Amino acid sequence: MKKIQDFRVKEYRWLNETGYLLTLYSDLKIEPVLPGNFAEIQVPGTPEVFLRRPISVFDADYENRSITFYIKVAGKGTKKLGELNQGTIVNIIYPLGNSFTVNGSKNVLVVGGGSGIAPFVLLADELKKKNIKTTFLFGARTKKEIVLTREFGRLGKVWVTTEDGSLGEQGLVTQHTVFKDILTFDKIYSCGSDPMMKAVAKIAGENRIDCEVSLENMMACGIGACLCCVTETTSGNKCVCTDGPVFNSKELAWQI
Amino acid sequence: MADLTVKIKDLVLKNPVTTASGTFGFGEEFADFIDLNLLGGIFVKGLTLKPREGNDYPRMAETASGMLNAVGLQNKGIGYFISDIYPRIKDLDTEIIPNVNGSTIEEYVEVAEKLNEVEGINAIELNISCPNVKEGGMAFGVSCPSAIAVTDAIRKVYDKTLIVKLTPNVTDITEIAKGVEVAGADAVSLVNTFLAMAIDSKTRKPVLSTVTGGLSGPAIKPIALRMVWQVYHAVKIPVIGIGGIMNATDAIEFMLAGATAIQVGTANFIDPQVSVKIIEGIEAYCKEHNISSVSELTGALENR
Repeated sequence: MKKIQDFRVKEYRWLNETGYLLTLYSDLKIEPVLPGNFAEIQVPGTPEVFLRRPISVFDADYENRSITFYIKVAGKGTKKLGELNQGTIVNIIYPLGNSFTVNGSKNVLVVGGGSGIAPFVLLADELKKKNIKTTFLFGARTKKEIVLTREFGRLGKVWVTTEDGSLGEQGLVTQHTVFKDILTFDKIYSCGSDPMMKAVAKIAGENRIDCEVSLENMMACGIGACLCCVTETTSGNKCVCTDGPVFNSKELAWQI
Repeated sequence: MADLTVKIKDLVLKNPVTTASGTFGFGEEFADFIDLNLLGGIFVKGLTLKPREGNDYPRMAETASGMLNAVGLQNKGIGYFISDIYPRIKDLDTEIIPNVNGSTIEEYVEVAEKLNEVEGINAIELNISCPNVKEGGMAFGVSCPSAIAVTDAIRKVYDKTLIVKLTPNVTDITEIAKGVEVAGADAVSLVNTFLAMAIDSKTRKPVLSTVTGGLSGPAIKPIALRMVWQVYHAVKIPVIGIGGIMNATDAIEFMLAGATAIQVGTANFIDPQVSVKIIEGIEAYCKEHNISSVSELTGALENR
């Protein structure tokens, strides 16, 4: 069930100049969160930030009643969320949206671009529970933007590409050599920029591999009321907040 | 405890707090957060004769103390509402008030005719103020003759309470209000959103796919409040106040300016429980000020 709940800032872990992990804790029990779910976070103390910010849940710790978000500074809201004092009250609405489907695969490829790695810890935990072999491929412009590879390394093999070649293979994510063996994978999950996900979905389609992508459209309500965050699908406009954020790439009306 | 009921012609609301069309879905979206039965009414998402996909993404832009939207009346059509959605919400102990739209007078009339037959629906809101559709919508609400024509046509086929939702994008909103009153409106609700625009200086492009959209939120509240006050003094029918109401104090200000009831809109996106908090706040205000009936507040603005 969706819930509106006050949390408090527990800690920050800055990963680079603009990316951080924000951990919030609550006195109350926390709701079960599925891989791909997100929260609408109210940015405290900023009248200039009017709407909540939809952010993927990075991790949840039910025992310690804490929830962690991987946030990249993109504007006023995400900047302010990185500047709160410990103990500041942060109100969130969660868990929102659908989740990645995890079933029947044997060997999956998880492709993340930039902050698109956010939902993949919860996903990889679930894949591990089901003994599904997981390979990660993360891409960014440069080395500094590649983060958390050690954490993901515990959950599967991690490959990296950077556009400037400062870490891993040089080039775009979809140019990585892992795609030479693409047919060894039976499922692809992807989250990142639209062009990257489209490129990944194209390869998946050409090789008839099932592919799920998580979209990051701008939202107002996050609960399917305002119809602002729609994406075009094969069956009309659908809300990314309630019908998504995860879509099978075949459902999307992407010209690829 | 104060009597919170208010009357809009034959429509009785258990309290003056309702939710604005387009900001509250069909109510169900908020069932996890509040008891919907507590609300005075729910103005459900705008309906058209045929299904509409709405405008392309992006349809939303955050602005200072508000937001723009350009949804464009995405809905599955009046038929689907009556057959599939209404049965799920009809047993709620609150007034379900459909918001009626059309590209032509004939379309408006056909939607209203269908709703006239639905038992349990005691009122409709005629939307002649949507700024986000190419045909119809606000085009009807910006001139007196067309506002009168569509209201008059609907009045002929709709027997129950008819509320007309007005646009603020006019030179003199009182002229339109007086026009629809003469044409048979039982009440007016105002204001819909203000035609507005947002630009991304980095890309040099408009933020919205439609270039312009409708501004809502606290940014418009003082203008909306002024318009409600003006219209209250210009017409005899009840006025429903809308425009950037974020809390009970805002709601009470609208009532003092002349509103019989109010609609909470954009605030629902920020706090899905805000409508119920506003009811509680109005109740507390009445207690504190020894008000026995909330309707005493309507137009109770005193001279400076």
